[in-house]
Amino acid sequence: MSDSQVVGAPGIAAKRERRAGQRRAILYIALIAVGLVAPFLAYPVFLMKILCFALFACAFNLLLGYAGLLSFGHAAFLASGGYVTGYLLASYPGLTPELGVLAGTLAATLLGCLFGVLSIRRQGIYFAMVTLALAQLMFFVFIQAPFTGGEDGLHGVPRGELFGLISLQSNLAMYYFVFAVFLLGFALIQRTVHSPFGQVLKAIRENEPRAVSLGYNVDAYKLLAFVLSAGLAGLAGATKTVVFQLASLTDAHWHMSGEVILMTLLGGVGTLLGPLAGASLVVSLQHLLAQSPLGNWVSVILGAIFVLCVMSFRSGIVGELATLYRKNFK
Amino acid sequence: MQTETIDSIAVLETRGLTKSFRGFTAVDDVNLRVQEGHIHALIGPNGAGKTTVFNLLTKFLAPTRGEILYRGKPITSLKSNQIARQGLVRSFQISAVFAHMTALENVRVALQRRLGTSFHFWKSEKTLEPLNERALALLDEVGLAAYADTLTVEMPYGRKRALEVATTLALDPVMMLLDEPTQGMGAEDVDRIVELIKRVSKGRTVLMVEHNLSVVSRLCDRITVLARGAVLAEGDYPSVSSNPLVREAYMGSDAAETSDERASA
Repeated sequence: MSDSQVVGAPGIAAKRERRAGQRRAILYIALIAVGLVAPFLAYPVFLMKILCFALFACAFNLLLGYAGLLSFGHAAFLASGGYVTGYLLASYPGLTPELGVLAGTLAATLLGCLFGVLSIRRQGIYFAMVTLALAQLMFFVFIQAPFTGGEDGLHGVPRGELFGLISLQSNLAMYYFVFAVFLLGFALIQRTVHSPFGQVLKAIRENEPRAVSLGYNVDAYKLLAFVLSAGLAGLAGATKTVVFQLASLTDAHWHMSGEVILMTLLGGVGTLLGPLAGASLVVSLQHLLAQSPLGNWVSVILGAIFVLCVMSFRSGIVGELATLYRKNFK
Repeated sequence: MQTETIDSIAVLETRGLTKSFRGFTAVDDVNLRVQEGHIHALIGPNGAGKTTVFNLLTKFLAPTRGEILYRGKPITSLKSNQIARQGLVRSFQISAVFAHMTALENVRVALQRRLGTSFHFWKSEKTLEPLNERALALLDEVGLAAYADTLTVEMPYGRKRALEVATTLALDPVMMLLDEPTQGMGAEDVDRIVELIKRVSKGRTVLMVEHNLSVVSRLCDRITVLARGAVLAEGDYPSVSSNPLVREAYMGSDAAETSDERASA
């Protein structure tokens, strides 16, 4: 091997990487700008709903797209975040919303540890079934437990004042809080994917036995990914509760676990922006269809879209766009 | 080739190693002794249990009976990844690379465990860049420096196997277990891998499963022949190859015959 090759090879890649990084930065800045002006163009509550579900889907995608684990029980984390935050904010009027959200996130993280320890050794469909079973267990806990309001759920959760200073009563203020939470969650996921931990996770996904033979305790890495994903799903649920001032069984139902899979696959699994696109699409469709005469057909139409997606564009919206971009502009 | 002076102690030893699958005994009472600094071959007809022995040694399978000693200490109860951490590193029969990572990243993933930051999800992957130099040196050592930024999935088969060796070397193993390192390769690639193994085995111990007897004869200090899960013969190449039992076991097994013919041709 000549020296020029040795030195030259990484140089080209570094340059290519830098250019890709610049393009990514521009894209992110543009998206943040859109996010900042969006509440003046669309109904803020609708946007907040999108952002909460987008964060939920991003959290799920961290697990499915980057650790290769299909959980069918993520509703449990969304709901536990929501219920804990809702209960605390409703019971302790002095509690500020950011502390309530933090507590909800923590609760979901702890639940994630428990679920993770119980399920992480299973593979593929068995992993999905164990997480589903545990989530169903939680569903019944949420029906029976005294603090959840049973079938009725929790209502009238106060939005309160952020840091005890800024009232979140106005939807605009609330929106910027949710937007900040989303950005924080997204940044954490972005960093996790591009971290030393992310590298090992990728190696495990690519070839698990080889990762083991390099000395990695793969179960521990999967567990950490699972707990991170659960915590972020809890963050989404907690934020959602503050926005809508309620926590209900809808969030704990297995439909919700299915919906997040749909959002992630539709948007593009294993892409950072895919879940955002998927959640936007699904929430928008639900919103539009609910108002149209086709209201009763929401599930059928979403199902048809899902089938179409799986059959003809498997890498999802963002995945297909990325492929298109690579083909035409490189 | 190797100086058998003071260090003729066993790095790896098995005592009565046995593995049964529902009554079928795949590995039967195998007593193996691999001496330090040796390149030791495990050969035998198809289905003799060579890969199963490998899986037992690295705990990808749990032995039914028997004991495994590594540098004199029992490792029978350790997990696969713990065994790897002690410097006993294996490769796989089918090329085991991380396909959608570059060659450099493949090696770097092996190097990064020692940094102790592999669970740090809040750090940038840029913190791994100080390892690039070492990773590149390892790639250079196996003749892959030019492929540093190539996605592994786009590399030719022979190069992938070389990359595997580089990744294994990144762990600075005391002992390497190579499962058919030349399997499925053209003659030119085989020669390159043989040279590579010869080079990187300096100061290490190697146990390899190999079908290609010409490779075995060129590389190995000692050979253990397995047949039907049990040790049939052991010794250096001339003594093993002239052993009538071994010849009989190989009769009809064209894998060995043809590779032997190919070697002499």
